[in-house]
Amino acid sequence: MIALLQQVATQASGVEHLPPPESGGVWFLATAVKILVLFTIYMVGVMLVIWAERRICAFIQDRRGPNRVGPHGLLQSVADGVKNIMKEETYPAQAYLPLFVLAPVMAFIPALLTWAVIPYGAPWVSRWGTIDMAIAPLPIGFLFILSIASLGVYGIVLAGWSSNNKYSLLGGLRSSAQMISYEISMGMSTIPVLILAGNVSLGRIVEQQAGRGLHWNVLSCTIAFVVFMVAAFAETNRVPFDLPEAESELVAGYHAEYSAMKFSMFFIAEYANVMTASALMSTLFFGGWDLPFTLWDNVAPHTLLKTLVTFAFIWAKILFFVFVFIWVRWTLPRFRYDQLMALGWKFMLPLILAYVVVVAGATLVLDAIGFHPASWQFSVIMLALNIVLVVILFGVVDRGRLVSPAYSRLDKRNLDKLRRLDRARVRPAAFTGGGPA
Amino acid sequence: MPIGVKVLERPIDKSSYVRATLSGMALTLKHLLDTDKVTIQYPEQKWPLSPRWRGTHRMLTTEDGKAKCVACGLCPTVCPANCIKLVPGEDENGNRYPLLFEIDEFRCIFCGYCQEVCPEEAIHVGRHYENSEYSREGFVYDLERLMSQTHPVCEMWDPADPKGE
Repeated sequence: MIALLQQVATQASGVEHLPPPESGGVWFLATAVKILVLFTIYMVGVMLVIWAERRICAFIQDRRGPNRVGPHGLLQSVADGVKNIMKEETYPAQAYLPLFVLAPVMAFIPALLTWAVIPYGAPWVSRWGTIDMAIAPLPIGFLFILSIASLGVYGIVLAGWSSNNKYSLLGGLRSSAQMISYEISMGMSTIPVLILAGNVSLGRIVEQQAGRGLHWNVLSCTIAFVVFMVAAFAETNRVPFDLPEAESELVAGYHAEYSAMKFSMFFIAEYANVMTASALMSTLFFGGWDLPFTLWDNVAPHTLLKTLVTFAFIWAKILFFVFVFIWVRWTLPRFRYDQLMALGWKFMLPLILAYVVVVAGATLVLDAIGFHPASWQFSVIMLALNIVLVVILFGVVDRGRLVSPAYSRLDKRNLDKLRRLDRARVRPAAFTGGGPA
Repeated sequence: MPIGVKVLERPIDKSSYVRATLSGMALTLKHLLDTDKVTIQYPEQKWPLSPRWRGTHRMLTTEDGKAKCVACGLCPTVCPANCIKLVPGEDENGNRYPLLFEIDEFRCIFCGYCQEVCPEEAIHVGRHYENSEYSREGFVYDLERLMSQTHPVCEMWDPADPKGE
């Protein structure tokens, strides 16, 4: 099956890709350098994101946050890391040790693996051959991400189970239910993108969003982006979906029994997941490394300068989404469990299924009329369609908790009661007049 | 649905999810950009203490550097925590002075009765709170230690002027 998909994908994308470097040695060296550079940036990034989270949360709460270790507290994570390495590791007497030890690794590795396929710069045509700026430019890139991302749940579930603690187990169970529910919406929400790109290769998805204007998928698949973002929050176990942790009811959920560096590994895994989800959002919906309003970065000559500029640009986007993750975390409270399930199954899944039909239908109709997905007319029509849908969904339908996670509790009887309440309500004069008193 | 969860009844056009979330995020962003932070950078900045703050004790001295204490024995008598140890002595001129004056800062409850009762205005509780020692014995302050403190002393509550004006 995978082989078949690979073959199909290669045939579809083969023309678009630049030839790989001739010599095996150059390819090997380039890959090694890419892995080294990206891994370093990634690990240092996780450290800085933890620092940023603490600083931003402090600012939002009118505090200052860690500002003692190093300039502006930048080395706080280093100090915490050193502390955690020095600390004693405790093992619960009844824990199943092999999985207890393995679980932090299993939580951490999938987040890291996803990065192998994300293109993070324009390809560099060097004198030694073309160097693709993804560690492994897989033709089935997106399917790889879906499959690897669903592995992340194992670390959490196994951590919860092997701790032999009821709270940890509950955390692990919740996380498995949550991840499975939201994975469906997440996978579905990328289908509109794949329809527009006509391919599952991430490189091709970025190329499809390139252009003289703004061809980012967020404009042509807005609702898919919203659903993807919500699902990404759930997949990374971040507030408002941090039910596996839920310190108020489950102590610390799946990592209640972990101490020292093993606990740190879960922490690093969470932030690694945040960065991965941000990178996916930038790549799928915000053009990846592509600079908008210009074709400068997409045409030959592919110099090192273009690679570096686009590299900086995708990191700017990633950091922006990391900021959004942090921002949302310190704004919203956690959902109740039934709200979580209702939002995932009763609202997001039907919504995204309907949206897939809408986008597919629109693409089919526009194609039949003669507008190719790469043309500007196609983008404009899709943008108009999305504006209408967003206004309908979030402006008109979003009343009386229809869009909310508490949707499940609103049965017919309640809805009628609310409507009666609405009609009976007398508006105070201050709200109707509008003018100064 | 669990039993007994109270559902607030709101008019439909007042309840929304997405718009409410966005306005909440606007609020947090406003606080994020707000440069007015409430944190006090402790070792560098300190919260101003009340003039009636009762903290670490201090023994005032006369101009010639001797303790004002005349070893009358009122403070160990009034002390509810029994933390003052006083052994009185008398010199050749018949002046009383403390041979031994110790305050156990761990036992002290900082009620300030010692300052209130002292006829010579010698022993005071002070506007000071940063005490740290390497041993428990270090918290038994002897006369020398009490005399060498320099922090401002507590202004006691005056019944005639209850608000401190």
